[in-house]
Amino acid sequence: MSYAEFLGMGAELSLMAVIILLFIYDTFASSKAGKYLPITAISLLAIQTLYLAFGGIQEALLFGGMYSTTSMSNVAKIVLNIGTILVFIQAASWVKEDDMKIRRGEYYVLTLITLLGMYFMMSAQNFLLFFIGLETASLPMTALVAIEKYKENSYEAAAKYLFFAVFSSSLMLLGLSYIYGAVGSLYYTSIAANFAVTPLTIVAVVLFLAGMGFKLSLVPFHLWTADVYQGAPTVVTSYLSVISKGAAAYAMMIALMTAFGNGALDIWINVLYIVIILTITIGNLFAIRQQNIKRFLAFSSISQAGYIMLGVMACNNYGATSLLYYVLVYIFSNIAAFAVAGAIERASGKLNINDYDGLYKTNPKLSVAMMLAMFSLAGIPPFAGFFSKFFIFYSAVETGITSMYVLVFIALLNTIISLYYYLLVVKAMFLKENDAPIATVKSDGYTKTVVFITVAGIVLLGLVSWVYDYIFSMVA
Amino acid sequence: MEIPYIYYLVVSGVMFFAGVYGFIARRNMLAILISLELMLNAVDINFVVFNRYLYPCQLEGFFFTMFAIAIAAAETAIAIAIIINIYRNIKNIKSDNLDKMKN
Repeated sequence: MSYAEFLGMGAELSLMAVIILLFIYDTFASSKAGKYLPITAISLLAIQTLYLAFGGIQEALLFGGMYSTTSMSNVAKIVLNIGTILVFIQAASWVKEDDMKIRRGEYYVLTLITLLGMYFMMSAQNFLLFFIGLETASLPMTALVAIEKYKENSYEAAAKYLFFAVFSSSLMLLGLSYIYGAVGSLYYTSIAANFAVTPLTIVAVVLFLAGMGFKLSLVPFHLWTADVYQGAPTVVTSYLSVISKGAAAYAMMIALMTAFGNGALDIWINVLYIVIILTITIGNLFAIRQQNIKRFLAFSSISQAGYIMLGVMACNNYGATSLLYYVLVYIFSNIAAFAVAGAIERASGKLNINDYDGLYKTNPKLSVAMMLAMFSLAGIPPFAGFFSKFFIFYSAVETGITSMYVLVFIALLNTIISLYYYLLVVKAMFLKENDAPIATVKSDGYTKTVVFITVAGIVLLGLVSWVYDYIFSMVA
Repeated sequence: MEIPYIYYLVVSGVMFFAGVYGFIARRNMLAILISLELMLNAVDINFVVFNRYLYPCQLEGFFFTMFAIAIAAAETAIAIAIIINIYRNIKNIKSDNLDKMKN
């Protein structure tokens, strides 16, 4: 293997370079120069994203077939990078606070390390690399959840997240060990070639799905989600809800389509069918009851994960494209919602939906941004959320299987339920009268930037049709 | 006489589900951590046994076990750090006391 071949993993190497540079900068910069750490992190990551997009990374199969770069995985990494940049812009005003100042370097380095783990997870062609990537992503995530360590909810959320994450990975490892026993290899391609349906392998595939279900917070493995989302700092929650969910969905799709694509198809299609119906319905029904905006968004993200899984069910190029497109649109909509919620939380400390009554009177711009985010999450045309839902339903229907029509119909019914609770927030902001609404929030430049970019994305991503076409041309 | 590998699998199965039981039933967070370690180590036994008895001419299972042990150690370090932090904040480590967030 020559040195030139290492350029096949240019995405990971460049991200490692960014991490090391940031680490050195954080360690040796004077306290005056340390102020510029957020902007340095954002620009370094933006440069790395440009390298991914235009650096001409070749398709490659490295390390004896353990690791692969394809144009599809490259697009997925670009999508995640865009989301991470948005989260970093959102975080810039948070890390300026007094008790976060000392920890801001840790925040950026840990976040980028989880991103590196997700890269490896998405590029893996072997379950060993997949597992290492998964843990590299989820262990620093625990530290991030606990980063405000003296706040009451932070440690509680971190303990719950850690125990559930390790529990789910040991379930997944048990499944993988049975697959290894039955097949004799952990490479996706040789598993696909030698897979035979026996009771042992059925249990193994179901355990694998259970482990991934925890990471994606699919029902019935969703119990940790609401508590962790509420307890973690808002910036970390928005990272957790979009980036790590998107990465896990993509990696799961690759594993299911490649390793379990031949013999095991019937097993996981049937399991996933029931899981999707449960996830979408229960996520929606519980979201109606929530008062805290972060718990509300947690349950909404559970049901959105069910919609994302529809793209996995389709199991073809349309499914893969609409999954990536859905994740991209979901990144913009959800980060817009979290940015507004975070700005209001920082200014007034209020997180309940009731507190948002009459918000339009005092904060018209934030209210409109929140409204657009809610419309996009619910899927109202002409915002991007409508198109992403349309494409993901289309990819499921396109398979032509009758049971898929039933599934899409149930998902459509659930869209109506979700419209109800998304509009509850809009109603609180615009229609309800309130004598003492939240005072006008003075947001700084970073918050304005991230709200502006996400709102522009929500409005434009659906109408600018080449985005979908570009992803499709990369996938096919 | 060599022990048939099925007995190893019984041991690891018992270990794994003892871990699952402990994870659900115990209230002390250190005990929960120990249960998680039982589960992870049961899986390691599985990998080693499959490799040694079914596929003796390769090393994939052994390698997986080595990585799994390293990752389990990292996970323990983080878990202990969080448990110490919880102890500093609320002066005990009972998981029952982590219920501040429900509405």
